[in-house]
Amino acid sequence: MKVNKNIAVSESGFLFDSMSGDSYSLNPIAAEILRLIRDTKNPEEIKQELLKKYDVSQSAIDKSVDEYLFTLKKLNIIK
Amino acid sequence: MKKRKITVAVTGLNNVDNPGPGIPVIRGLMESEYFEPRIIGLAYENLEPGIYMHDHVYKTYQIPYPTLGSDTLIKRIEYINEKEKIDVLIPNFDAELFTFMKAADRLGEIGIHTFLPSLQQFEERHKTVLPEFGRKYGLKVPGSKAIFSADDFKKSRNEDDFDYPLLVKGKYYDAVVAYNEDQAKSAFHKISSKWGLPIIVQKFVKGTEVNVVALGDGNGNTIGAVPMRKQYITDKGKAWAGIALGDTNLLTITRKLIKRTKWRGGMELEMIKTEDNDYFLIEINPRLPAWVYLAVGAGQNLPEALAKLALGLTVKPFNKYEVGKIFIRYSYDLIVDLSEFEKLSLYSEL
Repeated sequence: MKVNKNIAVSESGFLFDSMSGDSYSLNPIAAEILRLIRDTKNPEEIKQELLKKYDVSQSAIDKSVDEYLFTLKKLNIIK
Repeated sequence: MKKRKITVAVTGLNNVDNPGPGIPVIRGLMESEYFEPRIIGLAYENLEPGIYMHDHVYKTYQIPYPTLGSDTLIKRIEYINEKEKIDVLIPNFDAELFTFMKAADRLGEIGIHTFLPSLQQFEERHKTVLPEFGRKYGLKVPGSKAIFSADDFKKSRNEDDFDYPLLVKGKYYDAVVAYNEDQAKSAFHKISSKWGLPIIVQKFVKGTEVNVVALGDGNGNTIGAVPMRKQYITDKGKAWAGIALGDTNLLTITRKLIKRTKWRGGMELEMIKTEDNDYFLIEINPRLPAWVYLAVGAGQNLPEALAKLALGLTVKPFNKYEVGKIFIRYSYDLIVDLSEFEKLSLYSEL
């Protein structure tokens, strides 16, 4: 999993896709997941990191992270 | 550095909701680090806002529409030149370009420099022959055909190559997406009453519209190119806001096209990018577009470069621009004294 090179994310979580001109406001956890992807973590490692950090069930993490990664792929933000 | 003083005549002062490129071109020239321009406005109508923007336009002359005859228009330009000594003329309307191209030598003899596409370049990219243009230069182009009667929509359907929705386009301007025959016929009558015949029917390609403003030096080199995506579109389909893209595919397509055609002058490529990352050319406008000031803001002063090329100066190609720069238009009420309107109406000069 890799973040496409045309994607820029500011510290405040503003994501800009220079190929399409699309932009998105990421909430803190969405931005954190993108940072983890940039740190070459795979989906399982990302989920484990979040489970350690937040009081949330495994099933909730699985569902949310999988959906988010699916969306990122669909929007050509990651590949 | 002392700036070089030049007088530039510019058309397209209709800075309205469907704006001409005149004022953005002038803004680029005014921000030139090389020129100190004195702008002469050339207006067809007496309510074109640029006429009254005295901080942009030094003096404006009304000129006759090209439909009244090329000679009439060029004689008027010769008269204006006697008074103003024009160095460079930048026409900004599709409908007048043919006249100015044909008269380029005549204008050159009296010291007026232009930098326009050749007649061949101008003719072969017409909407009516765009599919042939695409085949010749290796670009994907949606199928299209020129029609002369609203009844031809029936024939189009029978041939089964144009299913709805389809695009109904004017010879020079306007485009409407029609979802059925009634809408197509209505668009045919509306657009043909304004721009004449033929009407171009183009296959609808689903995707995102992306545009490029570019400048070719006539030898196959791209002097500058900036891609843009419209972010806010008016009900006339015009960009009210847009963003500079870093789409390298679009830049490659543009550079290849300019190299193959040896394009001379400004151009706007209108393309559709599909979900599969395919690019379809839907139109080429043979001039700088009304959003050219975005290129200036992003670091490529294309109007200045065009004026330099017109004067025979060497221009180094731009190799970068700032991706993510945004333009946002606004409307502004100019307050004009009746005496100004009167002067222009009576004497055709202001």
